Amino acid sequence: MSVRIYLAEDILTAYLSGELDHHVVRTIREEIDEAAERAHPAVLVLDFRDVTFMDSSGIGLVMGRYALMQELGGELKIENLPNHIKKVMRLAGLERLANMETGGVRK
Amino acid sequence: MKPLNEMKLSFPSKSANEAFARTAVAAFVAALDPTVDELTDIKTAVSEAVTNAIVHGYRESIQTIYITAAIYPDNRVVIRIRDKGCGIEDIQKAMEPLYTTSPEGERAGLGFAVMQSLCDKVKVTSRPGKGTTVTLTRTLAGRNG
Ligand SMILES: Nc1ncnc2c1ncn2[C@@H]1O[C@H](COP(=O)(O)OP(=O)(O)OP(=O)(O)O)[C@@H](O)[C@H]1O
Ligand SMILES: [Mg+2]
Repeated sequence: MSVRIYLAEDILTAYLSGELDHHVVRTIREEIDEAAERAHPAVLVLDFRDVTFMDSSGIGLVMGRYALMQELGGELKIENLPNHIKKVMRLAGLERLANMETGGVRK
Repeated sequence: MKPLNEMKLSFPSKSANEAFARTAVAAFVAALDPTVDELTDIKTAVSEAVTNAIVHGYRESIQTIYITAAIYPDNRVVIRIRDKGCGIEDIQKAMEPLYTTSPEGERAGLGFAVMQSLCDKVKVTSRPGKGTTVTLTRTLAGRNG
C-alpha cells in the first residue's frame, strides 16, 4: 500500500493504491494530513482507482479526512471508486458526506 | 453435516498479520470455487474481525489470534475468529452501527455492520476478561448459482 500526493493549484490529490486496512491506514493518514495542513487546499481528493481491498478502516480514513477538511474550510472528494469498495462505502452512507462519484471507474 | 475440509491458524496479533489472515482464509475457501465478489466479501469480513481482535480485544498488545475455518458440501463456509482479550461487556450494543469505544483511533464503528451485510450470519460470544469469538457463516452461490 502506498499513497502519492500531488498539489495542483489549490487541489490536493492523494492517489491511494493497494490494500487499505488498519495496518496501512495509520501511516497513510499521517502523510495526507501533513500535506493538507501544509497546503490548506480548497479541495482534497482521495483517488481510489488502484485500491484493491478496503475494510471499515478505510471508512474511518475518509471520515477523518472529511473532519479535517471541515476544519481547514475546504471540501473532500472521493474519486474513481472500484465497485467492491463502493459496496463498503455505501454501508457507511458516505455518499452523503463526501462528494462521491457514482459512476464507474474512470481510467 | 461433515465438513469437506477444515483448517486452523494461529498468529501473533500484529497489524501486519491482518493481510495474512484474510488471504489465508481466502485461499482455503477457494476450494469451493467462489466468485471474485464472494471472495472479496469473505476477506473483508475476516479483516474486520481480526482487526477488532487486535485493536479492541488485545488493545494493540501482541498476543495470539486463533482462526478456524470449515467448508461444507452445501457450499457453506464457517469461519471462527477468536481472541483471549478483554471481551465485550454488552454485545448487542457493540454490534449497533456507529457504536465504537475508540473514536480517537478514527474508528467508524461499522465493523460489525460490514460483517453482517457481507455474511449470512454473524454470531458473537464474549466474556469480559476472557475474550471474544466471532463466527461468520456464508453460503456461496458460486459460479453456477
Ligand atoms: N474482539 C473484540 N474484543 C473486545 N471488544 C470488541 C471486539 N470486537 C469489537 N469490540 C467492541 O465492539 C465495538 C464495535 O466494533 P466494530 O467493529 O463494529 O466498530 P469499531 O471497531 O469500533 O470501528 P470500525 O470497525 O468501523 O473501525 C468496538 O468499538 C469495541 O468496543
Ligand atoms: Mg472494527
